[in-house]
Amino acid sequence: MSKERTRVLVVDDEEIVRDSLSGWLAKDGYTLDTAHDGPTALAKIRQERWSILLVDLKMPGMDGLQVLDTAKTIQPDLAVVIMTAYATVETAVEAMKSGAYDYLVKPFDPEELSLMMVKIVAQQQLVRENVLLRKVLKREYHFRDMISKSPGMQRVFDLARSAARSQSTVLVLGESGTGKELLARAIHAESPRQAEPFVAVSCAALTETLLESELFGHEKGSFTGAVTRRKGKFESAHGGTLFLDEIGDISSKLQLDLLRVLEDRKFFRVGGSETVDVDVRIVAATNRDLRQAASDGSFRDDLYYRLNVIPITLPPLRDRLEDIPLLVEHFLEHLNLEMSRRVDEVSADALAALMRYNWPGNVRELRNVLERGMVVASGSLIMPEDLGLDAGPPRHQQSDVTLSLDEVERRHITAVLQHVGGNVTHAARTLDIDRVTLYNKIRKYGLRRGEAANLAGT
Amino acid sequence: MSSHVHLWWLGADAPDSRLLDTVGGAIRMAFHVTVRIERRPDRPTQAFDPKRGQHSSTQILKWLVARAPAGTRTLAVTDVDLFIPVLTFVYGEAQLGGAAAVVSTARLALGAGPDVAGALFDSRVIKESLHELGHTFGLLHCDTRDCVMARSVNLVEVDAKRATLCADCDARYRALHPKELHHE
Repeated sequence: MSKERTRVLVVDDEEIVRDSLSGWLAKDGYTLDTAHDGPTALAKIRQERWSILLVDLKMPGMDGLQVLDTAKTIQPDLAVVIMTAYATVETAVEAMKSGAYDYLVKPFDPEELSLMMVKIVAQQQLVRENVLLRKVLKREYHFRDMISKSPGMQRVFDLARSAARSQSTVLVLGESGTGKELLARAIHAESPRQAEPFVAVSCAALTETLLESELFGHEKGSFTGAVTRRKGKFESAHGGTLFLDEIGDISSKLQLDLLRVLEDRKFFRVGGSETVDVDVRIVAATNRDLRQAASDGSFRDDLYYRLNVIPITLPPLRDRLEDIPLLVEHFLEHLNLEMSRRVDEVSADALAALMRYNWPGNVRELRNVLERGMVVASGSLIMPEDLGLDAGPPRHQQSDVTLSLDEVERRHITAVLQHVGGNVTHAARTLDIDRVTLYNKIRKYGLRRGEAANLAGT
Repeated sequence: MSSHVHLWWLGADAPDSRLLDTVGGAIRMAFHVTVRIERRPDRPTQAFDPKRGQHSSTQILKWLVARAPAGTRTLAVTDVDLFIPVLTFVYGEAQLGGAAAVVSTARLALGAGPDVAGALFDSRVIKESLHELGHTFGLLHCDTRDCVMARSVNLVEVDAKRATLCADCDARYRALHPKELHHE
């Protein structure tokens, strides 16, 4: 029963008040303790959790309002009731402003005390039930580290669970920031390979030669700088899962090499003559339209069909706005821990702004926006202005002759990316720079290939 | 503790023997104990608080404990108004699992009509007496609205109760005090 779990601490410098009030309340079945001054009470609050604190306003040394302030910082959900024989409007207002649950003027009517206690207990019971219910719901909405209640994502989770049990290659499709790597990790964690390694490679971040060596390893002396023999990611992932991110960006030579490994489950290290056998489950991902790339010849169609065994498409955040409140709560919980902050929630206006936004950078962008909000927020509530969300793209274009060189470069790269549909290899070729340089510039200007269409023309 | 209850009139007026006999009978029935009516004239005069014009129930309990025969329970019935420091009044007070309890009739006559010595007034005194004595037997407040151990902070709630323990409280009493039942 809830009353037995309700722990009440009575704080008053007068022994007869402590004894009679705690005696009166004990008969309701509450668990009671008393303290004769503020510091003793606070020590008890630091040691254990309490449900209700009944504290006298006027006490020598530390008064009831000081106890209230500190108690609330130790345990914010504590219901604090201030008791006083000297009622003034000012102290009552101050107490309520500081977060007191109620303010009672001594002597109070037994009915008033009884009703107040019943109300607090009922309210705390509701809060407990709410927390419990939310936990149960959250469990239902979770797939490992991913969270969603949208029907589209629930279908993704179901498909991923089934895929995890098989050995088949999975192709994860979706815009940047939709959680492709998280899904790959979840599939691995749910699979029979969970105790074996999960190895991730971002295929777009490396030059062709480096990526080849990264994937297949190399023999000592196979190229300048190869001073020792080195295992590749395929070997490292033996028995487990290899996640090949941004698979749509690999060169045609590597496409062929990869096709061979997928067909034969064996390969040569760079500069090596012995075949290496591997047992690896492949999860590949891309934000490109791989089917289109296969049909226009920029991606090998035989490799596409090898990879496209179980395709799973992650919907963009703008198509599952109902997840935003859930994701906000989830990220706040995590960010509070990471940043050692105490931000409880976003304001109703801020949540409305988050729901209105288009989210070109998807869930990753939402997390970044919330992180910024937590840093900027002055209190425990994130306000709309803390989020730094643009109202929309600027409407008028600045004249080119007034732009800085950096700005011209940013705009040109954005336009080229837009022109080639976000394909970094093609964009690098057009710009006549290597892909690593282009990646560095994309990072420098904060561009994302997926949002190139939105950025172009700004 | 033995199964004897001392019922002691501590009122300002002369004792109402009929009322005490009625209360004593109800106690015997509810708790299966023997009841002795105490007729000593001593009064806890220091329990009176001139500022409030009321008697401190806590002081009366202390006074009773000092005078009660060892190993027995004492229920005092008084016509003076009682208080504890934080509350405007109390109908009674008891030591939980202890030796003393006190009940005031001062507010139980309100709304009982011209015949204050009538059945309604008697039933209220009986209910509050059984209630406070129940605490000395270790019983807590009960959530069953018509159980005599339900918390009552106004007369509507007193009148809503019956002068008996509900099945749960009766079972709890029997579990806590098998000796008393053995005397039946």
